[in-house]
Amino acid sequence: MTQVREDFREMLRLVRPGARALDVGCGGGELLELLTREKDIDGRGVEISPQGVSACLARGLAVMQGDADRDLEQFPTGAFDYAILSQTLQATRNPRQVLSELMRIADRAVVSFPNFGHWRVRWSLLRRGRMPETRSLPEPWWSTPNIHLCTLADFNALVEDLDLRIEASAALAEGQPARPMDPSRGIENWRAEAALFLLGRRDGAVEPEAPPGDLFGT
Amino acid sequence: MTLAAEPEAIVEDGGTWTFPPEKPLVLDSGARIEGLQVAWRSYGALNADRSNAVLICHALTLDQYVASKHPTTGKPGWWTRLVGPGRPLDPTRHFILCANVVGGCMGSTGPASINPATGRPWGLAFPVITIADMVRAQAMLVEAMGIETLLAVVGGSMGGMQVLQWAASYPERLFSAVCVASAARHSAQNIAFHEVGRQAIMADPDWRGGDYAVHGARPEKGLAVARMAAHITYLSEQALQRKFGRELQRDGLSWGFDADFQVESYLRHQGASFVDRFDANSYLYITRAMDYFDLAAAHGGVLAEAFKAARDIRFCVLSFTSDWLYPTAESRHIVRALNAAGARASFVEIESDKGHDAFLLDEPVMDSALAGFFDSIDGARGLR
Repeated sequence: MTQVREDFREMLRLVRPGARALDVGCGGGELLELLTREKDIDGRGVEISPQGVSACLARGLAVMQGDADRDLEQFPTGAFDYAILSQTLQATRNPRQVLSELMRIADRAVVSFPNFGHWRVRWSLLRRGRMPETRSLPEPWWSTPNIHLCTLADFNALVEDLDLRIEASAALAEGQPARPMDPSRGIENWRAEAALFLLGRRDGAVEPEAPPGDLFGT
Repeated sequence: MTLAAEPEAIVEDGGTWTFPPEKPLVLDSGARIEGLQVAWRSYGALNADRSNAVLICHALTLDQYVASKHPTTGKPGWWTRLVGPGRPLDPTRHFILCANVVGGCMGSTGPASINPATGRPWGLAFPVITIADMVRAQAMLVEAMGIETLLAVVGGSMGGMQVLQWAASYPERLFSAVCVASAARHSAQNIAFHEVGRQAIMADPDWRGGDYAVHGARPEKGLAVARMAAHITYLSEQALQRKFGRELQRDGLSWGFDADFQVESYLRHQGASFVDRFDANSYLYITRAMDYFDLAAAHGGVLAEAFKAARDIRFCVLSFTSDWLYPTAESRHIVRALNAAGARASFVEIESDKGHDAFLLDEPVMDSALAGFFDSIDGARGLR
């Protein structure tokens, strides 16, 4: 088995087989291909770079060149079961709008982002008094694409504000398996390097809990 | 023992298909063309289960000579970037077919053909045709060749309009569709430029109300001006500036109206060479067909409705950033409708400063996008 990113592995676990899924910021289509192969999903992608889209085309994926901030409006309401936004929310111009768009076009959103409340970030800022550069946020402030960083607590508040429901959440750390967590616990805002959420609407039906463990059987 | 594989000779074929009078082409206008002729060219061979056929739809002034020397100009085929051994559409693997559109002047029935009722060229008695009529004629040819499903239908500009029309008219006969630098309808600006061209032709005294052939005349000046105006719309401002700037033909100005600037000389050459290979009335008819094109109109004004039955077709839509004739917004409009219909649509906007003509030129991102797309299509159909 080739190396699969831990956040992909967790998304693979959360997504229902045979579902319709939109991967926003799908890059070269690695996750979409994985979801198609392992979960038989009917997938679509949105990717900003023409090189990424070309790579997706070669994988036989249906991908639109576009931008999460501008081009989600072209999808009809309720077109998907899942909208996936992996490590991209913090790089959008209007994250709140993007998140509501995801929830318009899909019943559920799978969203991951780096947690600015992680202890390493806090320590770095406290000790050096400069914008943190950590292993999950490696670039200096003037070149980082991450223009709207948030903490786990900030994200919880936004979810509340948009009247969404957290159906599952996991803490992510590079090279380690995803760890289920309760995002409302203050301690997680210190120790989760990155976080992944499965979001539903308050008024929507609850997603049956995904089976525990890893579908690769490892 | 191993034998070195002989390089396979590319099978190139061509001819004119004549339909019997009992199989007329029934046009959108209600008129019929009996004894329809469709001139075609093909590369490669049909496989046993006839699953490798690709139809290429040509643009306004192009023709069926996609990948072979043009009989009039002697120039190489117009889409050899896409079609040829080792190219995304490969005659060693695909059967690649292109037919001259009805209304054209390269062998298919058009206004220069002989009207069986009078024994003279049709001229303006030729019925007005539409993009859907062109597609209907292609479908008749494809069917006559015994091809049930096309692996792909591919086209740029007016060819892209035919691709969209194919998806709307014959969705069950397509596996995939590629629409490059095109639109689902002609804009006011598109129509306006075409009208300038048509008026130039009709203002030429040699046009003779469309009956120039009978009088042994040709409205060459009018057609050349039409081509000059149209050619500007195929290029971007940057491309023109880069190519010509304000460069002069000779040292100093002529203080008259000769072609002082290189750009003038270039356009005059474009116009003059065009009249050798194109018929003025065909230009009128085909531009009219494009102006009449509005795929949504036949579906209650909702473009997604046109693609309702096209859900299983794999679409690839491409546009170019500097194309102001069929700008990216038009392609996005198509893609939005495809998404609304739930079709499998891919879309790439290619960065280029070459304008509309980019689809015929050296654009590596287009090459790789199409190579990837056709490779996956081949895989899905077991052709590689």
